[in-house]
Formats: sequence, C-alpha cells, structure tokens
Amino acid sequence: MSGLTRESKSQRRSIHVKALARVEGEGALNLTMRGREVEELELKIYEPPRFFEAFLRGRDFREVPDITARICGICPVAYQMGSCYALEKAMGVFDQIDPAIQTLRNVLYCGEWIESHLLHMFLLHLPDFLGFESAISMAADHGALVKRSLRVKKAGNDLLMLVAGRAVHPVGVCVGGFYRAPDAAAATRLARELRTCLDEMCELTLFLAEKIEYPALERDYEFVALCPDNEYPMNLGRIRSNKGLNVDQEEFGRAIEERQVSHSTSMHAFVRDRGPYLVGPLARLNLNADKLLPRAAELVPKVCQAVGKSLPWRNNFLSLLARSLETVHALELAADTLSKYVPPVRSRVPIVPRAGIGGHGTEAPRGLCWHEYRCDADGTIVSARIIPPTTQNYATIEADLRELAPQIVDVPDEDATLRCEHLIRNYDPCISCSVHFLKLSRSQVG
Amino acid sequence: MITPTAPAVPTAAKPKLAVYKFSSCDGCQLQLLNLEDQLLDLVGAVEIAYFLEARRRELPPPYDIGLVEGSVSTPEEEERIQHVRRDCKYLVTIGACATSGGIQALRNWANIDEFVGHVYAQPEHVSTLETATPIAAHVFVDFELRGCPVNQLQVAELLSALLVGRKPNIPTHSLCIECKRRGLPCVLVSDNQPCLGPITQAGCGALCPAVGRACYGCFGPMEQPNMASLGSWFTSRLGYSPRKMKQMLRLFNGYLEPFKQASDHYERLDARK
Repeated sequence: MSGLTRESKSQRRSIHVKALARVEGEGALNLTMRGREVEELELKIYEPPRFFEAFLRGRDFREVPDITARICGICPVAYQMGSCYALEKAMGVFDQIDPAIQTLRNVLYCGEWIESHLLHMFLLHLPDFLGFESAISMAADHGALVKRSLRVKKAGNDLLMLVAGRAVHPVGVCVGGFYRAPDAAAATRLARELRTCLDEMCELTLFLAEKIEYPALERDYEFVALCPDNEYPMNLGRIRSNKGLNVDQEEFGRAIEERQVSHSTSMHAFVRDRGPYLVGPLARLNLNADKLLPRAAELVPKVCQAVGKSLPWRNNFLSLLARSLETVHALELAADTLSKYVPPVRSRVPIVPRAGIGGHGTEAPRGLCWHEYRCDADGTIVSARIIPPTTQNYATIEADLRELAPQIVDVPDEDATLRCEHLIRNYDPCISCSVHFLKLSRSQVG
Repeated sequence: MITPTAPAVPTAAKPKLAVYKFSSCDGCQLQLLNLEDQLLDLVGAVEIAYFLEARRRELPPPYDIGLVEGSVSTPEEEERIQHVRRDCKYLVTIGACATSGGIQALRNWANIDEFVGHVYAQPEHVSTLETATPIAAHVFVDFELRGCPVNQLQVAELLSALLVGRKPNIPTHSLCIECKRRGLPCVLVSDNQPCLGPITQAGCGALCPAVGRACYGCFGPMEQPNMASLGSWFTSRLGYSPRKMKQMLRLFNGYLEPFKQASDHYERLDARK
C-alpha cells in the first residue's frame, strides 16, 4: 500500500517517519519531497540529555573512568579507555604505560568488540537482512545460527569479566592501568574457548558473505579512524582519513567542529572546512585492512569475492561484514595473547596528580570516541569534552537517508520504514533503542 | 533457572513481559540479553510483548510484568511512566537509574540551566526536567532490583520467582557478607581503602574487593546502614574531608536515602569550614 501514487509525482509531499511515542533515543525522520527530489530531511534523536560534561567538573580524576563508563552500557570500555589515556596524558604518565598494560587493554577491548559486534550483528542487524522483526523470531527458523552467535557473544563477555571484573561497567580499570591483572590459569582456560569461537566466527563470516544479500548504496565517504603503524586500530595511533585528514590525537578536537541542530540533543560533527565523515568498522577496515591478523586477513579475499566488491567498500550495508571480520581479528588477538599470558610485574603505573590537559580517542565498536580533560593541580577535573561516535556519524546517516529517499518513493509504507531503519542500523547507532525505533506515517501536503 | 524446555502451555497463555527504557545507559536491559545461556529458554517461558532493544513487534498492553530501566528526567518521561504503570500488572525497576535516579541525578544538586548551557550551545532546544528521579518517586513500584548495572543472575532469579509466583530471593544485607563468603581480604581493614561495602547492599558478588579495590556503592544503600559509623571511620582514621565524603556518596546512588541525607550532611560540614 503505497502512500504515494504515480499521478501525484510532481506534487510536494512529506514522508513523516515518526518515532514511537514511548521510546528512548526517540528517532524520527521528517522527509519532504517534491517528486523524487528531497526538499528537507531531518533525522531526529531525542536521547534525554544526561550532562556528563557538566557534572564531571569538580570530580577527582580517578573517578572519571567509572563515571564515563555509564554513558553507554554496551561500550563502557571505550569510554573507560578514552578517559584513561586522556587523563594519563594530562598527568604526564602516558609514555610510561608498560607494554604489558597496553596489551591487556587491547585484550579488554577485544572483549567489548566481540560482545558488542555480536549483539549488533546477530540480534539487531541480521533480522533486517533476513526479513525478521527480531532475533527472537529469527531463532525459530535459524535456531542454530542464533545459538552459535550467542556462544561467541558470551565469550566476549567472559573476556571482559576476566580482564576487568564485569561485562557491563567493568570495575577493574583505573587511570594508569588495572587494579589487578587477571589470573593466569583463568586466562589459559578462556583462551581455549576463544580458539573454538574463532573457528565458529570464521564460518559465520563466510555464511554472512555468501548467503546474505546486501542492498546497493554506494557513497563517497570520508572514512576516519585511528591508524597505528603496526596493528589494527584499537587504543593508539594517529587519526587519519582517506581524504587527507592526518592529525595527532591531541589535535583531533580542533580538526573537527560540532554543531548543535535544533532537531536533536546530539551534536552534528564535521571535518573542519569539509563535511560529514564516517567512523566505525567500515572506516577502520578500509584504512587498516593490511593490519588484520592472519585468520581475518585470509578471509578478506573470500569475503570480497562473495560480495563482488574489493576493498575499500563504499557501501555501509557491508558494515555487517566489516564487524564480522573485526570479530575474527579480535578473537584471534585475544586467544593468542591469553595463551601466552603471564601476569605483568605491575598492573598499574603510579600517578602523582598535577595540572594538565590531555586528549585521546580510541576505537569504540561504533567508531572513534574522543575525550579531552583539563585538571587542576590536585587532579580535580576542570573541564571535560567527549565526542562519541554516533555524534560523528549523525550527519552521514542523514546524507545516506537523503540518498535512499528517492528509492523508497514508490515502496509500500511498511517496506519503506524498514529500509530506513535498516540503513540507520548500519551505523549501530548508540541510541540504544536504535533497534526498531521508527514508525512510518506519510501525509500528502500540496 | 528458567523453564528448561518449551513450556507445555500454549503461547497465548504465556505471561507477557515488557521492558522499558527511561534516562539511562541501556546497560541493565543489556544484562537481560547478556543471559546468553538462558535467553532462548526465557523467550520460551514468557511472551516478550514489548522490548524495543530486542524486537520490533509490539503486542498491545496490558502486560503481566514490566521491567523499567532508567530515571525520569524529561517532561515526556514524567508522563510516560504513568502510562507504563497503568499497562503493567507487576512493575519492577531495574538498576541504579530506576531505583535511585542514577548518575544523572547529580543535576539535582546543581543549577540545571547552567548544566544545559554548559553542554549545549543553544539551550532553548533542549527539553529537560530540573531533576532526575527514581521511578518510585512517580508511581507505585512492586519490586526493585539494585545495581549499576543489575546482576544478570538477579534478573533471572526475579523472573523465575515472578513466573512461579513466589517472592524473589534478593538479599538486602551488606556487601561485607558476600565479600566474606568469597574469602576476600578486607580492603578497608587490611589495606585502609575507603570501602563502601559495609553500607552497600550485596548483589554484585563483591567484584571490587575481588580486584583489590574499595567498593564504590553501585548497588546503593543496604537495609539500615550505619552511615555515621563508617563516616567517622573514614574521617578519623583515613583522614577524609567532608567534601570527599560527600563526593563518595554522590555517585550512582547518591539521590537515594540514606546516601542522600548523609551526603547533604557532609556538604553542610564542608560549607561550615
């Protein structure tokens, strides 16, 4: 049942994708079109503001990783890592973090990538591709697939618990390192399960590449990600793009600008003097594919062949596969590290508070998450600035929708809504209820 | 924990579960999805009628069990919670935001206009309340699960209990009991760390002492905590200032009594200096 008919082609009409009234992160899409031309498009996000940057002022710097974790229950490690590195810079100990602590931080991040990617890929995103309203319904037809994905997801959570005590809002992370390093015997046990999950994930990746159809929507994105010299990005590295952005961590805050828009409680971010950009798995993979570990690296050509596209991918529907490859990488990195693991001599570097400022971004599952803190002499936070990934992708999601809009003019209402939702879910947006949050209503004006 | 195989009752007879989100981080809802081993059994035992994080389909109310995550911090939420209460037979709040107001309740001691102006360039576009408050400040709540985030085993226990019609077995004693049961050395007595365990409700499994750090109270106050006794230990033996005491109590459960009252007390002491 199309809301629009052929004879009304030249008229001005509005497609209103309205949020469910009782949804957090209320998303709404207002689209006004004349014929096939988009006149106006607004993706609205009304996540209730929680004012972290305001109440962080006056807190002790040691409390910050525990507080910023609470920004997101799905990617707390990203917030903890960003806070730790930025504050270590402010306190002048960034260069003293032991390699063993860096390694443990990467393993911790692997846990978050695994649980968050699996949650998004199989429970939230895949139902769109396979035509189900949820993974619950999908499980009726694809029970084995859902069970296998849950096993891998659980391994990610177990990894978070091993390294930092808890999967949601880990308790083991502190500025300077970890309160306590993980136990060696437990690490060895988990390494075995991770190895099994690695084999599972390689098979699942091929399944996703070969059996799923990916809608075509290519755009000339500016991909932005950390680009360390010798490893796939997680915690460290310069921030680069495929269009010439190449800045040090500390400079990033000045390289982009954030604008508030009236229809949202989330800011819009742009590369200064240029435009919207894309962060997340697709950007990371396109800029760093040569740094994947062997198991993921050997899958890349097979996956590319299956979807008929070589890297770089300019279609964010393929982010599902980028997540899958990243999960393989993370499982291998974690399994390798834990099977050779010996507890470090010290789990944290001592810190003497001083006045200072530090900025740092790490790769959250959804993309670059950047923090900057200014502290006074006793380590009290004077100012905080946090740029989460969804803020950075926001303008790009709108641009994608603008591109998609003409394609859905003749599509029935329910289908058109699904296609908008599917596109938005490509970004795994951190408005938690990004899952299934749009309701389409169309009205004709003029 | 949950009925191990598909229940004998037909789908239509399954109790309906609704999961709601208010101002929060999503972590408590995620704990439901983190029950990987029980998730498919859970789906077999209840009809997931409304759960935006997990499914697109919505069944109309009424619902047998409503789980609410998050605090009330916007005018829209203030109104919505009334509808949620009407739609649910049992309303259970899950997590620190829903039971105490959460970390965002720090605004309750601040000037909200200054907060909005600090974060947003155009504050006029932001619609928010002056306070972030627990659900029980707005509607009657049948049961509360504490924690930032909730413990997933407590979530499973809660649902199992509701499904068979018994009281959930959720302890209200202090974290110290849990810590002792694990045989952990006391970080307060043996390491002089400012552990909130003696006044904090058990439930997490003593995670912080297990990694050698002091409990920071993310499960909120235990039943009848002796705030004054722990406070005098911290101030006299550890040399904590009233200001620092206030900060420690005003974290994820700061707006919940008696943490709130005690933090207000230390604020007055601090102002007197």
